[in-house]
Amino acid sequence: MMSELTRLTIAEAGRRLAKGDFTARELTEAHLKVMEARRGLNAFITETPELALESASASDARRKAGQAGGLAGGLEGIPLGIKDLFCTKGVQTTAASHILEGFVPQYESTVTANLARAGAVSLGKLNLDEFAMGSSNLTSYFGGVENPWKKGSDPAARLVPGGSSGGSAAAVAARMAMGATGTDTGGSIRQPAAFCGIVGIKPTYGRCSRWGVVAFASSLDQPGPMARTVEDCALMLNGMAGHDPKDSTSAPMPVPDFAKALTGDIRGLKVGIPAEYRPDGLNAEVARAWDQGIEWLKAAGATPVDISLPHTKYALPVYYIVAPAEASSNLARYDGVRFGLRVEGGSLDDMYRKTRAAGFGPEVRRRIMIGTYVLSAGYYDAYYSKAQKVRRLIAEDFTQAFRSVDVILTPTAPSAAFGMTDRSDDPVTMWLNDVFTIPTSLAGLPGLSLPVGLNGDGLPLGLQLIGRPFDEETVFKVAGVMEQAAAFTAVPEGV
Amino acid sequence: MAYLIQGETGDWELVIGLEVHAQVISKAKLFSGAATDFGADPNSQVSFVDAGFPGMLPVINEVCVEQAVRTGLGLKSQINLTSVFARKNYFYADLPQGYQISQYDQPIVGEGELLIDLADGTTRAIGIERLHLEQDAGKSMHDQHPTKSFIDLNRSGVALMEIVSKPDMRSPEEAGAYLTKLRTILRYLGTCDGNMQEGSMRCDANVSVRKKGEQGLRTRCEIKNVNSIRFVQQAIEYEARRHIDVYEAGGDIRQETRLFDSAKGETRSMRSKEHAHDYRYFPDPDLLPLVIGADFVEAVKATLPELPDDKKARFMAEYGLNAYDSGVLVAERASADFFEGVATGRDAKMAANWIMGDFFAAMNSGGYSWEKPPVSAAHLGAMIDLIKDGTISTRLAKDVFVFMVETGKDPAAIVEEKGLKQVTDTGAIETAIDAVMAANPDKVAEIRAGKDKLIGWFVGQVMKATQGKANPAMLNELILRKLKE
Repeated sequence: MMSELTRLTIAEAGRRLAKGDFTARELTEAHLKVMEARRGLNAFITETPELALESASASDARRKAGQAGGLAGGLEGIPLGIKDLFCTKGVQTTAASHILEGFVPQYESTVTANLARAGAVSLGKLNLDEFAMGSSNLTSYFGGVENPWKKGSDPAARLVPGGSSGGSAAAVAARMAMGATGTDTGGSIRQPAAFCGIVGIKPTYGRCSRWGVVAFASSLDQPGPMARTVEDCALMLNGMAGHDPKDSTSAPMPVPDFAKALTGDIRGLKVGIPAEYRPDGLNAEVARAWDQGIEWLKAAGATPVDISLPHTKYALPVYYIVAPAEASSNLARYDGVRFGLRVEGGSLDDMYRKTRAAGFGPEVRRRIMIGTYVLSAGYYDAYYSKAQKVRRLIAEDFTQAFRSVDVILTPTAPSAAFGMTDRSDDPVTMWLNDVFTIPTSLAGLPGLSLPVGLNGDGLPLGLQLIGRPFDEETVFKVAGVMEQAAAFTAVPEGV
Repeated sequence: MAYLIQGETGDWELVIGLEVHAQVISKAKLFSGAATDFGADPNSQVSFVDAGFPGMLPVINEVCVEQAVRTGLGLKSQINLTSVFARKNYFYADLPQGYQISQYDQPIVGEGELLIDLADGTTRAIGIERLHLEQDAGKSMHDQHPTKSFIDLNRSGVALMEIVSKPDMRSPEEAGAYLTKLRTILRYLGTCDGNMQEGSMRCDANVSVRKKGEQGLRTRCEIKNVNSIRFVQQAIEYEARRHIDVYEAGGDIRQETRLFDSAKGETRSMRSKEHAHDYRYFPDPDLLPLVIGADFVEAVKATLPELPDDKKARFMAEYGLNAYDSGVLVAERASADFFEGVATGRDAKMAANWIMGDFFAAMNSGGYSWEKPPVSAAHLGAMIDLIKDGTISTRLAKDVFVFMVETGKDPAAIVEEKGLKQVTDTGAIETAIDAVMAANPDKVAEIRAGKDKLIGWFVGQVMKATQGKANPAMLNELILRKLKE
């Protein structure tokens, strides 16, 4: 019974909770058991089993009283994991950084408050790359997360889950949580979703409130859902999204019922296939998965259209100017004065130096230094200002493309999951993980990754669907069709 | 006429530009809902946004935007319908976010001008370069503990308008006049209370000197945070002299930030340009560009009060006052309103004289304010009516005024009660004159012999005999007639 419950999708669990087949408390207990059993994956930084059981019981009480909230059975009583970048009232929030270790917010992020209002149950706080900076989850102060998937050729090798939402992806893949919140700045939802064989969507910038989410790069950060099916992501996004007056960049747009978009009918839709995403040397298995995806869409009545996004090659350098620039400023508040870590020093400057040297890991320090450099007098025009101009050109590429297509299909990542000890020495190689996801982030567009199959070594591969601004519905609709066609039923070890 | 400082090598001219930080009158801070009251307990008016907590985001306070637009219109400035908030990055213990949200290359208000009123009655236009909105930092207190600094974040996030003048001022007097006028305008507009002691208006002065007739500008020094108009003038004077001394000794001025020590009356170096912060300004990605509509600006314009320059011109035209009197009366909106309350339908010049004379004297004697004036405009007006209709003389009126201040009573009641009504009965005055003449036959003889100087003495005696109530004009006329008989 227990393991059965953790195999359900959110949609199925919702229906069966409504029927009274089991209680939210039972569902939560089942997931807490898996969390305990899979603690070795290091997916959680903070587990909150008591709070989870308490809110599961409250959900049961609401259901009994006939007040179950949520959207048509949506998230009421559904146990979810929360990326530890979302501030949670009364529960430690670390951003996976030593500098915030022990920080307990007195406020709740808008997105997690929305989820709680929809009846969702929080299981705890999920591991991530420090301040969401990374593509492997290896930069976490609390240790790397292990991907539950194993290579057929080397089952002993421990693989990364991707990042930065690595804990979220691993937890969902390993059935510790039915879904999880993620945040995506340059691919932090989509790349780990692909590495862990689950679905994740970075919504349009402004769709979900950033209020209460520890900031990395404000103009790029966007919360989004990660779950095992397209429908589950749609249900979760409905629970997370909405205009928030407390976030000036939150869009005052109505939130449609995303699950309703899953009609299965994509006849006549035009799907853009950008030439720039097929560089020389693209991993053959990734290329094959992409070609397969195109065939599925064709078979379902959509028309592939070759398009060009000519500024794609500048996206990575632009991102590694803009994101660190914003980060260098956003992370200035971690100074040891008011909260989190403080290392005393002989003077104020000395305290700053010691606190920040001890509190930030090497990747965070690297990005703060890059960001500080590109904003400095004399370099601003050459770097930051130029990057912003190129960013507009990249966005304009997409605007042009969407004049002739409805959605764009690309690979999510250039490879499948890699080993935890494989590439940590060269930051640029690591950064290349996000080469297919970063352009979407720079343009603020919705991007979804879904698993489409396994590579020859038994690891999941993902494809990315990119939509027009605020047209997550088309993205979900096409993703639903691909999900059907892919019939991805493989599960990682131990599930 | 021009203000020049004589040096050993010739005459030097001053070039002064002022940056004023004016705290916006608003119940809440620029980007948070926390309160802004002055004098609250430390750290009692701080939201998580103001304290720079993780995940907190700024949301612009519309009232502050309206106040900035109002001020821009009051300074006859260009209003920029699109402006951009930028982050000014630097580390300090009382700057919780590690950056100040300000406006950099796209401020909400552009060029304008302000007319300063000089002591000789002339006015001069001083250019306004820009006005932008920004957040204040908190306050560090280094004197509360032997080894620790205390931080009060009540001010953190409070809205300020930084108003930057062009380098158009040429003397400390002009700088003082600029600050006085700016404060008057801000108070008229209700956008800043202008209280320099409480720090709601602070001034940085940029000072340089050049030889008389020289074109171009020499290196300037910025004197930070001077907290009174008098000190600004002293600081400028000291700084200009210092520059001249350095130049005349063959030295060079380096661009730097200086502090004014009001106890010693001198400025001293705070940090040089080489040690200046690199603020790494960039547009704040948490805030969209601030876009306001032309209709919004028009709506604000429609609610602007009559401003001091217009009011002064109207007082001169409508009430026939001279420039000086008008200038004094319009210095505060309350004084101008008070004047109009007294003068409307009456002898305006007389109203102005009473207000600027006995009334201001009473006001300055302490305990009074425009909210609680020594006498009300209605009572002062009624008193002027009593003078005009001959009930009391101007001389008696001074006594009546004193009683009005003391008792707060209506002047007519005081006249009645104290029996201060002027004697206009010819017979009564004549009787008094006769009595004085009878008692002083020698003096009468002297006057009749041509010693006119004694007439004044005679008037005084009769006035004394009538307890000052005799109508002075009638008294004069009757005395002359009787003495010359």
